[in-house]
Amino acid sequence: MVAAAQVWAALAEVPDPEIPVISVVDLGVVRAVRVEDDRVHVEFTPTFLGCPALETMRAQMAEKVEELGAEVDVEVVLDDSWTTDRITPEGREKLRAAGFAPPAPREAQAPKLVQLQSAVFRCPYCGSTETKLENIFGPTPCRSIRYCTSCRQPFEQFKAI
Amino acid sequence: MTGCVAGSKSLSDFDVLLHIADDELVIGWRDSEWTGIAPVLEEDVAFSSIAQNEIGHARALYQLLSDDADALAFDREPAEYRCSPLVELRFVPDWARTIARRVLYEAVDELRLERLKSSPDEAVAGLAAKIDREEAYHRMHAEMWRERLRDEPRFQEALDQLWPYAVAMAAPDERDELSRRFKRKIPSNSLLLGKEHGNHADGWPALWEEMTMVRRSIPGAAW
Repeated sequence: MVAAAQVWAALAEVPDPEIPVISVVDLGVVRAVRVEDDRVHVEFTPTFLGCPALETMRAQMAEKVEELGAEVDVEVVLDDSWTTDRITPEGREKLRAAGFAPPAPREAQAPKLVQLQSAVFRCPYCGSTETKLENIFGPTPCRSIRYCTSCRQPFEQFKAI
Repeated sequence: MTGCVAGSKSLSDFDVLLHIADDELVIGWRDSEWTGIAPVLEEDVAFSSIAQNEIGHARALYQLLSDDADALAFDREPAEYRCSPLVELRFVPDWARTIARRVLYEAVDELRLERLKSSPDEAVAGLAAKIDREEAYHRMHAEMWRERLRDEPRFQEALDQLWPYAVAMAAPDERDELSRRFKRKIPSNSLLLGKEHGNHADGWPALWEEMTMVRRSIPGAAW
């Protein structure tokens, strides 16, 4: 019989298809793992509903768990339980090292434009907070584009959600 | 079409969710028409991302309503779609009307999501909360452009033209709030006629043809 800890360890080897420096466990999208006899049930919460990587993540997670010799079903949970706050401290550090500014903490109210336009976001390259919003939208739904006026480097900022 | 229905939702809930899903699918389609030809590169990226999100919302809503989301999304006859004429209108290459639609659409969408977030059905309330978090970024984008084009006559004309469509898209008890937000009067019923959801704009048959073309080309194929 497979232990839940083994399943978590296997899932920690599944990279995010679009940002392979972090795993799906770092990203916090695995909400729960349940083991019943030789059957493993994984609850997976999407980041953004339109994320094109969802199916790839789901298939890769199933494949990794099957390698443990277990039958698996990966259930996609379509609710508000994933937030960028679920990215682990290790995950945030890996993002920063790869040039992505980690998200701000989620607030009860949805973020406002004026907050994104403020200069509180820190450049992942030089650490300056002299940064400005270039585009709310970036190369994937979960990222915005900012520009650091200190080191003159554009960078990607995770949207808080 | 009833064969697609999962069965747990009452008819009226089903209708409301299908209306929203169809709106999201079709506005996503229309917004995607700007990919590659928007007036500035930033807007190429923004419209592509917004379109992707809206279609993602449609997919999640169809999944809530049916075991076969693709069949529900693409296998209906044009007259069976429940979307609002506002989302069906084709505006490329008119940027002023495109932005006016985004501003009005997001306002109506916010009001209906607010209501769904307190639905007694947990699956509906949970998904509405998720969608609303993502839409917050669309609202910021709309707000930014509304401010930028505020003194532009073409933008004001576009808002005048589309205002009855937006009011008709809103549920009757959401219209006063919409009117307050835009400081505009609710148009007379005769101006709303034919603009409520389930009615279709002139561009709809051509859009349906295009949207379902690949799926219809080989019925039953797995893609």
